[in-house]
Amino acid sequence: MTETTAQHHHAPPRGFLRTHVFSLDHKVIGKQYLDLALVAVCTGMLLSWLMRFHLAWPETPIPGLDKVSPNGAAGGVITPEYYLALMTMHGTIMVFFVLTTAPFAGFGNYFLPIQVGAEDMAFPRINMTSFWVTLLAFLVLVSAFVVGDGPPLSGWTAYAPLSAVGKDAGPGQGVGQTLWAVSITLFCVAQLLGALNFITTTLDLRTKGMSLARMPYATWAWFITSVIGLIAFAVLMPACILLILDRMAGTSFFIPGGLVISDRLQPHSGGSPLLWQHLFWFFGHPEVYIAILPGFGIISQILPVFARKPLLGPRVLISCLIAIAFLSYTVWGHHMFLSGMNPFSATLFSVPTLVITIPATIVTLLWIGTIYGAKLRFTTPALFCLGFVSVFVSGGISGFFLAQPSIDTYLHGTYFVVGHFHFVMGVAAMFGIFAGTYFWAPKMFGRMMNETLGKWHFWLTFIGVYCVFMPMHYLGLAGNVRRYSAFTDDYLKPMIPLHRFITIAALFTGAAQLIFLFNLVRTRLRGPKAPDNPWEATTLEWSTTSPPPFDNFGGRPPVVHHGPNEYGATGAAGDYVMQASPPSARPA
Amino acid sequence: MAGIATPPSQIVPPPVAPPTVAARTRTQPAPLEPAQTGVWLAIGTICMSFAALTSAMVVRQGAAPDWRHFQLPYLLYVNTVVLMASSATLEWSRRRMATVPVGAASGVYLTLALGLLFVTGQVVAWRQLAAQGLFLATAPSSSFFYVFTALHGLHVLGGLAALSYVLRRLRRIAGPVPRAALRAAAVYWHFMGVLWLYLLVILATRV
Repeated sequence: MTETTAQHHHAPPRGFLRTHVFSLDHKVIGKQYLDLALVAVCTGMLLSWLMRFHLAWPETPIPGLDKVSPNGAAGGVITPEYYLALMTMHGTIMVFFVLTTAPFAGFGNYFLPIQVGAEDMAFPRINMTSFWVTLLAFLVLVSAFVVGDGPPLSGWTAYAPLSAVGKDAGPGQGVGQTLWAVSITLFCVAQLLGALNFITTTLDLRTKGMSLARMPYATWAWFITSVIGLIAFAVLMPACILLILDRMAGTSFFIPGGLVISDRLQPHSGGSPLLWQHLFWFFGHPEVYIAILPGFGIISQILPVFARKPLLGPRVLISCLIAIAFLSYTVWGHHMFLSGMNPFSATLFSVPTLVITIPATIVTLLWIGTIYGAKLRFTTPALFCLGFVSVFVSGGISGFFLAQPSIDTYLHGTYFVVGHFHFVMGVAAMFGIFAGTYFWAPKMFGRMMNETLGKWHFWLTFIGVYCVFMPMHYLGLAGNVRRYSAFTDDYLKPMIPLHRFITIAALFTGAAQLIFLFNLVRTRLRGPKAPDNPWEATTLEWSTTSPPPFDNFGGRPPVVHHGPNEYGATGAAGDYVMQASPPSARPA
Repeated sequence: MAGIATPPSQIVPPPVAPPTVAARTRTQPAPLEPAQTGVWLAIGTICMSFAALTSAMVVRQGAAPDWRHFQLPYLLYVNTVVLMASSATLEWSRRRMATVPVGAASGVYLTLALGLLFVTGQVVAWRQLAAQGLFLATAPSSSFFYVFTALHGLHVLGGLAALSYVLRRLRRIAGPVPRAALRAAAVYWHFMGVLWLYLLVILATRV
C-alpha cells in the first residue's frame, strides 16, 4: 500500500505554469473545467440568441453576422442551413461542454476528493490529461466556425447518413462534420479517463471512518454518474470512430447503398443509418443522467443545509440514484419511436421509460419532504435548489406524455420536446450548477458571493426560463415543428407572435446572466473573505480552510465519525454535527 | 438579510477532532490499490467498447447482403501463440520476483519482445490481406476485421508502454520493487490476451 499511496502524493508545484496551468492539483483542474464550461455556456447562449432572433424576425439582418459567416448569413440574414449549423453547435456545446463539464467534471473534480477526505485524485496525471483533452476537444469543435464552409448541420445527435456522407450533404458537412466527430471522440477519451479517476478515488482513497454509508450525497451522485459515464462514453467513442471511417476511409457502416445526395450517387453500400441511432442513443440517454444526476447530488446535499433538517430517506435517495443509473440503459429506444420501429419494440422501450419516472418522483418527494415544516434559510443557493425542484418537476411531467409511443409520434418533432428537455435537463442542470456555485464559491475562492445580486439573478432567471420554455409546450401541442428556421406555412403564421414573446424572454433571461457573471468575477477579485464554514454545513470540505491548502487538510487527514446528515432541526446555533467532529458530539 | 451573505454571528463552530498521530495512520483493513482498481475499470470500459462494436457487427451483417466471407490469414494463429507466450513469461517473471528478484526482470523483457513481435505479426497479416485485395473499405467484413485488429493493436501498444514504464522502475537499483504497478500491468496484459482470443473467435466465425 505504501507504494501506491506514494503515487498520489505529489509535492506542491513551483512556478506559475505548474501551479495554475499544467497543474496536477484536483482543485485547480476543477476550476479549469468550470472556467471552460463558463466560456462554453456563453458561446452556446449566444448561438441560441441568434437562433431565437431569427425565428422571431426572420428577415431582419443581424449586424456583423455576415462577417462571421459570409455564406451562412449573407447580409446578416441567417440561411436555413446556417440555422441548422447554429442549432448543431448550440446542442453539442451545451450538452457536452457545459452540462457534462460543469456539474460532473468541474464540481466533481474540486469536491469529490475533499468530501471523501483524500488529498488528491487517485491518478493526478490522468486527471490533468483529461482536462487538457477536453479543452482540445472544445477547440476542435469551435474551430468549425472558421475552418472550411462552417459548422455541421446534422444536429447534436449527428444522424447518419447526413453526418456520414461528406460535403455533398450540405455546407459544413465536409470539414465541419469531421471536426465534430473528432471533437466528440476526444471528449469521450477525456471523460473515460475522468470517470475512471472518480471511481478509483471514491473506492480507494476514502479517509478513515468514511464508510460508503457516510459519504455525502454529492459524492454518491458523482460516483454513480462516473459509472454511467464509463459505460456510455465507451459506446459513443467506437461509434464516432466508425463515423469518421465512413467519412474518411470509404467504409459503409452507416451509409446505405444506392443513396443519391445532391444528384450524386454515393459510393457506399449496405450500411445501416439506424445502427448509428442505436449506438448514439445507447450513449445519449444515459448522457441525460450524466447531466442531471450531479444536480440531484448537489441539491440533496445543499437542501438540508438550508432547511436545517436531515435529508429525508438518505438510503432511499441512494437506491433511487442507482435505480435511475441502471434503468437509463434500458430506455434509449424512446428517442427512436419515429424511426419506423416495430410497435412491440416501442412498447418495450416505453415501459422502462415510465418506470424510470418512479425513482425520479421518489427523489423529488424526498426533497419536498425535507423542506416540509422546515425553517428555511432563504439564501441564494437555497433558492436555486427550490428552483431546481420546480423546473425539474415542470419538465419531468411532460416526460410522462412523451414516454408513450402513440403520443410521442405526434409530439416528437415539435417544440413540445424542445420545451421538455430544456426544462428537465438543461435548465434543471443549470440551476444545479448555479446552486453549487453560490454554495461552494466561499470554499473555492475564499470569498462570499453577493447575496442581493444572487437573489436578483435567481428571480429574473426563474421567471425568465418559465417564460421561454413553458409556451413551447403549447406550440408543440399546436403542431409547431422544431428545427425549422422560419415559419412561413399558413398554419404556423399565427404562432409567430408567441415566438416573438419567447425570443424577447430569452434575450432578457440571457441578459440576466450578466448579473451572475459580474457577481462571479467581482467575488473572485474582491469579495468579502469567507469563513471556513459559512453555511454551517457538515461535510469535510467545510472542516478545512477556505480555500483549502494544497493537500486539502494541511497534512492532517480528517477522521470521520458521523454521517453527512446530522442536523438538529432546531434552527439554533450549532444545531449540527460535522462529519469530522468527535464521536461524542451531538447537535445542540 | 443584508446585501452580503454573512454567517449568523453567534455560531460556535462544533469542535473538530484534534489531529493526532492515530489520525495519520490507517488502521482500517488494507484498502484496495488504486492501480489495481484503475486497471479493472479500464478493462470494464474496453469490454464495453468491444461489446458495442460486436453488436454493430452483428447488426451490420444482417442489414444488407453485401457481407463477404474471407479466409483469415494463418499468421493470426501464430500471433495468438506469441501473445499467449508473452503472458506466460510475464506471469513467470512476476511470481519469481516475489521470491528471487534477481534476474526476474528478464521475463518482462521477453514479454516486451514477444508483444512487439505480436504487433509486427498483425501488421504482416494486414499486408497479406491487402495483397489479396482486401482493404478497409472493400467489404463490411474486412472493415470490421481492420477496426477490431487495429483497436486491439492500439491497446496492446498501450500495454507495452505500461510494461516499459515498469521496466524503467525495475532497473533502478535503489527503491522498492514496483509490485503494484507490475501487478496492474500484468492484469492488463493478460486481458489483452483474453480480448484477442475473443476477437479471434468472432472473426473466425463471422468473416
